[in-house]
Order: sequence, then C-alpha cells, then structure tokens
Amino acid sequence: MALLELRNVTRRFGDLAAVDDVSLAIEAGEFFTLLGPSGCGKTTILRMIAGFEFPDAGQILLDGKDLAGVPAEKRPVHTVFQSYALFPHLTVAENISFPLRMAHHDPADIRRHLKDALEQVRLTGKADKYPHELSGGQQQRVALARALINRPRLLLLDESLAALDAKLREEMQVELISLQRAVGITFIFVTHAQVEALALSHRIAVMNQGRVEQVDVPSRLYSHPRNRFVADFIGQITMIPAQVEQVGRGHLHLMVEGLGEIVTPLQQSVAAGDKGVFAIRPEQVRIGVQAELAELKNHFAGEVHSLLYQGDVSVYRVRLPNGTLIEALLPNSAPGGAELFKVGAGIRVGWRHDAGVFLHE
Amino acid sequence: MSDGHERASRSTRLTRWLVSGPPLLFLLLLVAIPGVIMVFASFRYPGDFGGLAPLLSTGTQALHGFTTETYRFFFSDFIYAEVFIKSFVMALATTLICLVMAYPLALLIARSPKRSRNLMMLLVILPLTSNFLIGIYAWMILLGPQAALNHVLNVLLGAFGVAPARLLFSPVAVMIAMVYVYLPFMVLPLYTNLEKHDPVLLDAAQDLGANAWQRFWRVTFPLSQPGMFAGFALVFIPAVGMFAVPELLGGTGDIMVGNLIKEQFLATRDWPFGSTLSILLTLSVLLVVWLVAKLSARGGRHA
Repeated sequence: MALLELRNVTRRFGDLAAVDDVSLAIEAGEFFTLLGPSGCGKTTILRMIAGFEFPDAGQILLDGKDLAGVPAEKRPVHTVFQSYALFPHLTVAENISFPLRMAHHDPADIRRHLKDALEQVRLTGKADKYPHELSGGQQQRVALARALINRPRLLLLDESLAALDAKLREEMQVELISLQRAVGITFIFVTHAQVEALALSHRIAVMNQGRVEQVDVPSRLYSHPRNRFVADFIGQITMIPAQVEQVGRGHLHLMVEGLGEIVTPLQQSVAAGDKGVFAIRPEQVRIGVQAELAELKNHFAGEVHSLLYQGDVSVYRVRLPNGTLIEALLPNSAPGGAELFKVGAGIRVGWRHDAGVFLHE
Repeated sequence: MSDGHERASRSTRLTRWLVSGPPLLFLLLLVAIPGVIMVFASFRYPGDFGGLAPLLSTGTQALHGFTTETYRFFFSDFIYAEVFIKSFVMALATTLICLVMAYPLALLIARSPKRSRNLMMLLVILPLTSNFLIGIYAWMILLGPQAALNHVLNVLLGAFGVAPARLLFSPVAVMIAMVYVYLPFMVLPLYTNLEKHDPVLLDAAQDLGANAWQRFWRVTFPLSQPGMFAGFALVFIPAVGMFAVPELLGGTGDIMVGNLIKEQFLATRDWPFGSTLSILLTLSVLLVVWLVAKLSARGGRHA
C-alpha cells in the first residue's frame, strides 16, 4: 500500500481547476517531486496534503486512511515553507522544539530531542540565536529541523530552496538528500526548477495546468518525455516538425520537409502518417566535418548560426537547410578548444539512430 | 569632485534642517521652554494675587527668592500622594479595559478582507470626529438616575438584595467615559501591528501541531507586544492627566491629579505648587512607561 495516495483529486478556484483530477501514489521513504511552472497546481496539492486547502472532489489517503476532516494540526505531516516561516520572537531552540511543546512533551524529553535535532543540522552553537541573526542557509536548516523533530510521516517542502543563492542551493541539495536518507521520512518536494528536481528526486511528477503530464524516475523523464510539454520543460531540446514515413523493425523512419529522412527508435502506438515532432537533446547532437560523422545514421549539412560559451561547454546553434535551428553541445575538453567552429562556418551535424524521440502533435 | 561632493552634502544638510526645523522649533517653544519655566516656578513662592512672588525682595512682600517649600508640602500630607495613586490606578484600569476590549476588535479587523478593513477602521475613529465634551455630556444623560441604564442596574442589584446605586458621579461613570474616550487610541496601534503579521506564521504553527488557542498565545500575542505597548502609551499617559471626565462625571472623591493641578492654577492660584504637581506627574508617568517598556521588551524580544 502506498504511503500517500491521491485519488482523482480536484480543486477549483472559481471557474479555474487549479488541480484537475490528479491521481498519485507515493511510497514510504520516497523523495517525490512535483515539478511544473508557476500556477500548475503543485502548491495547491501540497496545501491539500498539509490540510490548508480541501479537495472539491476526490480523496487523499495517508496510510490508507482518508484525511478528509482531519485538521492540519492533527495530521502527521509537516511543511517547510518557501519563506521558512520561522517564528521571529523565538530562539532557534524554541523554534525547533515548537512541535514538541505544542504536543506537551515533558521538558527532559524535549531537551534530548532538541540536542539531537541541533546536531543533525549542525546548529548546536546557535541554539540561543534568533532567526534574524542567522544566514539564509542556517534559517533553512532550522526550518528543516523544526519540521522533522517529531518525526512526521511526511515532510512537504514548498519551493524550499528558491530563496537561496545558486552556490548555497547546490550545497543544500546535497544536504537534503543525505538528510532524507538519514531520517528515512518521505519527502514531497515542490519546485519549478527542473535541475533541482532531477538532482534530488527518486520520482518526479511533471505538472501543467492542474494535470499530471508524466510521473517517472528522473532519467526516464529526461530521455523519454511523454509529450512536448514534458520534453520542453525538462532540459534543453530541439524540436523539428516531422511525419512518420515508415514503421520499421526497431526504428521509425521520419520525414522532415526540406531536410530528408531521420531514423529514430521505435515507439509504441505510432503509425505511418502520424504527424508530430522529432525531439533531440543538444548533448546527443554531434558537430564536425564530413568524415567524423560518416558512421552516424543521421547527418545533415548546416551552418553555425550562433555560439554560447558557458565555460565547461559550448552550445552551438546550427541552421539546417530547412531553416530549423538545432542545438549541439560540445564539451570544452581540448585545451584552448572553446571555439572549434566559427559563426557562419559550413559544418555538419549528426546523431545516432537510437537518439531522439518522436512526439505526437 | 570633492567640491561637488561637498555641495551635495551641504544641500542634504539644508534639506534636513528645512524638514526638521519647524517641528523642532515648535517643540522648543511650546514644550522645552515651558518645561524649564515650570521647573523654575516650582522652586518659587506664590505671589499674593496669584502668579509668582518676585525673586528679589521689594519690601512689600515677605517671601521671595527660591525655595523647596512646595516639595516639602507635597510630601508632608499623604492626601496628595493618595490622589496620585488613585489617578494611576484609574489610568491603569482604563488602559487594561481598553486593551481587553480593543484586542479582539483589532484582531477581527486585521483578519477581515482587505476591502472592508479601511471602512471598519473609519468606524473605530468616528467617535473622535465629534467633540469630546459633547460625548461626556451625553454620558451624563445616559448614566443619569432617570436613564434606563441605572434602572436596569438597580433592578439587578435589587434581585441580589443589594441597595440601589447611583451611576453618575461615581468612579464607575468616570471609568466608562474614560474607556469611551480612549478606546480608539488602543485599537489603532494594535490594528497597525496585527495587520502586519505574516499569515504564513500561523499556517506554520498550525502545521506543527498548534491548535487555535496555542496559535494565539504562542504566536499572535507575543508578536503583538509592540502594538500593545504603543496602545498603552497612547492611552495611559493622557489618561493619568485627565481632568474633564472626573470633573463632569465623578463625585467629589473621584478627583484625579489633573483636577488637582487645574485647581492650583485656576482656583487656589498657587502656581508653584501647581508646577510641582505637574513635574511630579511627568516624572512618575515616565517612570511607569519606562517600567512597562522594560517588561514588554523582556516579553516580546524580537517581535
């Protein structure tokens, strides 16, 4: 049985269905992420699980029991808010022990748990400080310790890393993963940052306009997006309008107007004549002169349109004969090799026959 | 470059003086200087026909120069200290009743939809737009022996076998009118404070297991400490010095320091003693406010 189950949950605000018939099952011990653009309904789902919003239809079950009618303060579910929501008038120690004091634990018990919690988030020396005396990262750790101290069944994290700067965010990601592993509590993380979602999660649900588009492990989500929205939202991708010409054994033959044939892996429920797009990631596209790409099934002439130098890699935009701009990523591993091809140079791009994916309209 | 810098700082300095000058001058002329005059006056003898006795002997008057006589006089008879104590108790009681009445109201307004908040606040300050004395005279009628209020009270008292009481010209009447006058001054700062509270803190408290009662006492109440202190200062300080309400609605035994001071200047014409009473009043009010500030700072440390 899943730890948390959403069954056909719908939440409307006026005419708008913020959450539209969503069903999800989250297993115990999982690091599960709800990923999507702002307004996709991910925070509304989180608030319904926490007990701050209520579904207009459907059920939310925790350990198989319906949460309907259980007020937020009675749910074994804690939230780490985007702004941390630390109590400004309480010290770090008072903030962290808040849930225990609300539940009237005895003082000795509170002291013991507090000591462990402070050690876990490395804030032992800061127990008597006030939240405004802490850095953003430390405030984040207080919020985490406070939410974990009485071991909830479920920890909800609402865009919890959004307020940190890039460097600190990366550190906190690593910390979150090890913390989750250490406490063994199920985390549900809400974010619009796909890199964060890919790095942290066991599984991700990609959401759009109140609906779940795809639920999968990060690598499958990246390599096998189910539709154009998922493909576009996660990572960089080039999409070329194409039509299925022939369904072969093991692969599809696609026809692209003004370019020619593309061979790509076979997919289910695709028939000759289907229209859609061929989608390919920049790191799958190789760029070079004729000879280097000869062994690849798919290769085309092109012209370097622009070049984005990013330090570790360079992203080339190549204009294909039919006008499409395709992105190719080249690691800058050769010494002084940051600009192998000049803008305007005639080159060739190619990719393997098992790269890319065909997506229906 | 440094020239331009200098010119810029000179112009900001000028702006600062232009902005702060008028209020500063106003306070200097009407607060600081009269205060100093009052301190001096309290160490002088009263003149024969009011005012102050001359500093230098003119031959016609026996008493002249400086003296601590008025202070000695104040401490020689307990009745003055008693009036002080009664005034402070009255003012503190007014402040507490205002706080207890204003808090739920301010909370209700602060948690109302944004559109209706301004209208509700307007209703709170509406009583201030009518003349304060008219309000007091209205209370004279409402609390009078012929009024329904007094009748109801006496019926209730009679039911418990207590002798009928009179509302008007009693401490109860003074208290009712004082609360009526000062209530808006408690609601305003409390509302301003409560309205600023981040609602996510209450969500967090609830999420972490706090019930409605705990959310109020552990989060809202401590965070409203600065608002309560501002309300205390705005109500308590003027309430201690109030003289109109006890004069009109109180009995002979209900006079407060304000009445005493007013009498010294207008009836007894003992300016030095009036000044002494004023100074002692100012000092003791400052002491109480400082004590409460200390206490509330300890309670709501970083609110």
